[in-house]
Amino acid sequence: MRALVVFLVPVWLLAQPALFAQPAKDTCVECHTAMDGDLQKPALLIKGDVHTASGLSCADCHGGDRLIDDPSVAMSKAKGFIGKPARTAIPQLCAKCHSSPDYMRRYKPQQRVDQFELYKTSIHGKRLAAGDETVATCIDCHSVHDIRAVKDNQSPVYPLRLPDTCGRCHADAAKMAKYKIPTNQLAEYKTSVHWAALSKRSDLSAPNCASCHGNHGAKPPEVESVSAVCGNCHVLFAQMYEKSVHQPIFSAASGGGGCIVCHSNHGIHQPSVAMLAGDKAVCSGCHEVGSAGAKAAGDMAGLLNGLDTALTRSESTLTQADKYGMEVSEAQVKLLDGKEDLVKARLMMHSFRIEDMRKPIDAGMGVAAETLRAGQAALHDKDVRRIGLAVSVFFISITVVAIWLLLRRQESDGSGYIEAQASQMTKE
Amino acid sequence: MLTTTLAWLNDRLGLEGIREVAAHKTVPVHSATRWYYFGGITLFLFGIQVVTGLLLMFYYRPTVAEAFDSVRFIMTRVEFGWLIRSIHSWSANLMIFMAFVHMFSVVFTHAYRSPRELTWGSGIALLGLLLGFGFSGYLLPWNQISYFATKVGADVAGSAPIVGPAIARVLRGGEDVGAATLTRFFALHVMFLPMLTVALIAFHVILVQKNGMSTPPWLSAANVRQMKFFPNFFLREAMVWYIALAVLGALAAIFPWELGEKADPFASAPKGIRPEWYFLAQFYTLKLLPSHVWFMEGELLGILGFGLVAAAWALLPVWGVNKAGEARIRLVSGAGIFLVAYLAVFTYLGYVK
Repeated sequence: MRALVVFLVPVWLLAQPALFAQPAKDTCVECHTAMDGDLQKPALLIKGDVHTASGLSCADCHGGDRLIDDPSVAMSKAKGFIGKPARTAIPQLCAKCHSSPDYMRRYKPQQRVDQFELYKTSIHGKRLAAGDETVATCIDCHSVHDIRAVKDNQSPVYPLRLPDTCGRCHADAAKMAKYKIPTNQLAEYKTSVHWAALSKRSDLSAPNCASCHGNHGAKPPEVESVSAVCGNCHVLFAQMYEKSVHQPIFSAASGGGGCIVCHSNHGIHQPSVAMLAGDKAVCSGCHEVGSAGAKAAGDMAGLLNGLDTALTRSESTLTQADKYGMEVSEAQVKLLDGKEDLVKARLMMHSFRIEDMRKPIDAGMGVAAETLRAGQAALHDKDVRRIGLAVSVFFISITVVAIWLLLRRQESDGSGYIEAQASQMTKE
Repeated sequence: MLTTTLAWLNDRLGLEGIREVAAHKTVPVHSATRWYYFGGITLFLFGIQVVTGLLLMFYYRPTVAEAFDSVRFIMTRVEFGWLIRSIHSWSANLMIFMAFVHMFSVVFTHAYRSPRELTWGSGIALLGLLLGFGFSGYLLPWNQISYFATKVGADVAGSAPIVGPAIARVLRGGEDVGAATLTRFFALHVMFLPMLTVALIAFHVILVQKNGMSTPPWLSAANVRQMKFFPNFFLREAMVWYIALAVLGALAAIFPWELGEKADPFASAPKGIRPEWYFLAQFYTLKLLPSHVWFMEGELLGILGFGLVAAAWALLPVWGVNKAGEARIRLVSGAGIFLVAYLAVFTYLGYVK
């Protein structure tokens, strides 16, 4: 009997996985969950925190001992309890783990560990070090107690949410008043092509605040570095601009230079030929009407408009032919080359030398002419086919009528038919 | 000169016999005579298929790399290539439609009765071959829609019990639709199926000739007026063929058969992928079936059901007559009406949904 018990007890225990899967005891969460208001809130929020998912808990930041039931002991200085950390101490507190490669390797080996170093170089970090407690620390962007991974779409630093997170302070006139910086960046950004790509096309690679300003080392780009910032993505445009006549002039301009002189910074809209010539031309801000610069801008606009119009005409002709069922797919594919030439011409325009634009413009015009001819030929073919059809149907109709008349003439006297009785007789 | 040539040929080929047969062949004249024309129209369209198919073969290349471009070349560069290809495609569809009309006209005039059991059986086999032409020919341009529709079709065939996976493998020439599938579909389409079809058409026509045209059972054959096949019926048939030719020309000129995009096996299947209209009713039925019915998969049940119905339909001369050999008019007409309604409604639903 005893032997049986000795055998069965371990077997029974092994069959109870729940006994071994109990989460570690956490008296912080247990007690604070039973409280009300602000004291309860962290205990509720922490359930969704990325740190909780990795087995960490309150005591890992706040100190203390989560295994002890008695709060006076669990939250004693002897147990390392620090309570609510001062704002100025927060970056350092987070850095205790996040700047430790050995520690981070246990949880996220691929994660960078230089956030704190970067933060110290940022405006936020410098001001905090100088005693300004209103600047952003880790928790202002990443939240506190319910911190989520950057890839989590609920995280305040998820690409789609980041602009609003920055805007919580930077769009607040009261908060920014003492720094004397504008607060319209978020509103402007939300009119931009970048925000449209991010929010409407869900293109998470589209630029948000951090893409240009950096994240932990947040800093506005200097005048000289604006084109480098834009050039991170718009590489070829930056190369064209760098060798342009405008580069040294814009760099010397005050209040921001480079790309933003024409395209603005936060409210970057879809560029168009209207930026070169016409009432809304940005060129006219510097180049007076009649000046050589204004004339060059007008010529560039003329070239781009000319190619655009030619390609549009070809496209509509091909679409029309396609609607009639004509096979124009080869020309439609060719037309894509022309559209690429238009993009190239727009790119070359950033060198602000009209001769650089000639090559893609000429190539594009060639494609436009070729595809237009293909479309027109297809439409002409369509007409020829219909005329051919009409002629064929005419002759077929004549033949059918002729056969019908022949039959009528042959059968007018009843020949060609065998009456029932007669047919019977024939069979017999 | 002509008389001499004909006499020369007659001595060697016995043409006189054919003339004798033509002179004595008659066609019953009654309210359903017009349905006799549909077999001829189907035959005419098959002839169009042979001629246009041969012309297309001059330029078509049955390889994955070249098939699509060769069809585009036919449509855009070859003189009247667009016409030949469009007529081939339109005629294929009209031919299958006419074959269905012909089949149902035989059902509703109860022409499957003795001694025409073999005529019916060979006709059903011919319809199967025409569907095979449609299925194999659909893939040949190697465009996106045909590629994915063939994948679906082969998968459906593969879900048949026991032999399904083997059939699918043989059809595809491997585990997936690819270069091997195109080659064997081409071989099926231009050699295997045409040889079988021509032989079967000959058999079918000889049987029609031997047994004569059937008269509906509610008429007494002895009391029905007869029309001479040549020239009276023949000329009428010729008129119908001319009209069919004009319709084909109009369809080809006004609605040229589209080419689509080149097949990309790595692309995701285009939305709303569906087979040609003549497989649409079955396709939609399979879509409606739940994933499991009783103990078996829904698709398997559907395939079994189609197989059983097709077998029963082929055996119509057995169950469609009573012991005295008379047509079970109500039963067969009812089954025919049900089948027409099912095909019409489910094809429509398959098209719009």
